[in-house]
Amino acid sequence: MIPPTFEYLRPKTIPEAITLLQQHGEDAKILSGGQSLIPMMKLRLARPGYLIDINRISGLSYIKEEGGFLKIGGLTREAELEASPLIREKYPILIDTAQVIADPQVRNLATVAGNLAHGDPANDHPATMRALGAQVVATGAGGERIIPIEEFFLSLFSTALEPGEILTEIRIPLPPPRSGGAYFKLERKVGDFATAAVAAQMTLDGKGVVNKVGIGLTNVGPTPIRAQKAEDFLRGKKLDEANMRQAAQLAADEAQPSSDLRGPAEYKKGLIKELTKRALARAAERAAK
Amino acid sequence: MAKKQLITVKVNGREREAAVEARLLLVHFIRESLQLTGTHIGCDTSHCGACTVVLNGKTVKSCTMFAVQADGGEILTVEGLASSAGQLHALQEGFKQEHGLQCGFCTPGMLMSSYALLHSNPNPSEEEIRWGISGNLCRCTGYQNIVSAVQHAAAKMAKAGSEANLAEGVAK
Repeated sequence: MIPPTFEYLRPKTIPEAITLLQQHGEDAKILSGGQSLIPMMKLRLARPGYLIDINRISGLSYIKEEGGFLKIGGLTREAELEASPLIREKYPILIDTAQVIADPQVRNLATVAGNLAHGDPANDHPATMRALGAQVVATGAGGERIIPIEEFFLSLFSTALEPGEILTEIRIPLPPPRSGGAYFKLERKVGDFATAAVAAQMTLDGKGVVNKVGIGLTNVGPTPIRAQKAEDFLRGKKLDEANMRQAAQLAADEAQPSSDLRGPAEYKKGLIKELTKRALARAAERAAK
Repeated sequence: MAKKQLITVKVNGREREAAVEARLLLVHFIRESLQLTGTHIGCDTSHCGACTVVLNGKTVKSCTMFAVQADGGEILTVEGLASSAGQLHALQEGFKQEHGLQCGFCTPGMLMSSYALLHSNPNPSEEEIRWGISGNLCRCTGYQNIVSAVQHAAAKMAKAGSEANLAEGVAK
């Protein structure tokens, strides 16, 4: 319950933080919200020799639309996302997602960037970001590097971030008109990881035909899964009951859940099917507005 | 001997200073270094919320933070709710009147979460109260009387607020 000894460093700028990361290599971890890292350290599953606290670095907490993107800063807290009038009005899929992450206390500290950088397929934002076709900005000694979310999640707890890099921004392409998204999560109790969850984002044309669609699945594989077969099926079709059901079945087939304390794999596949239907329906509702 | 660093934290209005190891959890700092044992440790997994305190105006689980992170900050614990003259906070009154506790173990955390909730939302619906305390687990009460206690406090604080406004109005 008590982590092993470590050295605590508190840089004032991102370049300082990067220098420290380079100095200490794999033995250093970034401390941001710490709501995933610290519990792991308390169980001694993570034992960094150096913790680099970036919470006092200014200029990293923002939510803004700029240059064709919704940009979320690396230190933006889940609670800030939840409270943002811009997000509430234009990006309800992000409210859906933030609201079901852990609980209010955790959301006061936990960051959106950390939810991605931790590389846990049980986290909620990864599936949503895949559905949105987001990209992340990794800042290292060589400057900024843009990583498309498609290339970001490599395997369990492993992302494309290099040891000397910090995730400083998340960029979501501004959705075209007639777009909408939703996130549906089933959890055993508030604060739990998803038994299964689905993110759906779509753009419809003037006749209600699906132009663009992204479907992300949470906690049913070693990484967040993009239900590409379901997406390919829906593209160019009208979103009616039969099409939604078929897409939902395809998404369930693409899920690779494990049986565990949250339920058998077959149950989770059934969940994915139902949640995909609901997410598609809500996303279409919001797209039509 | 492991390296220690000096931290300064304002706790319940008082400036406190201590030399701590980096790995000292905030909850251990509060309970052991400061001897404020109202904040409880209820689990090992950051789930239960019994350790909830208000740090720089926001509720946090003090078991999932290091004391060094709170350096230069301001903390409110359950001991800081009652007035210096010993008058109970409206929430403490509410928990008393509505039987919002049995064993009392979750109660400090419940009080601090409710305190923050009422601060940002002085007139919450029942659903909003349940969401507001969703990071605090109770094994005894089934939450019903906790919700009533928060409603009691919200009403009391609203009344006190409007009475103060009235008095101000008369004085003008």
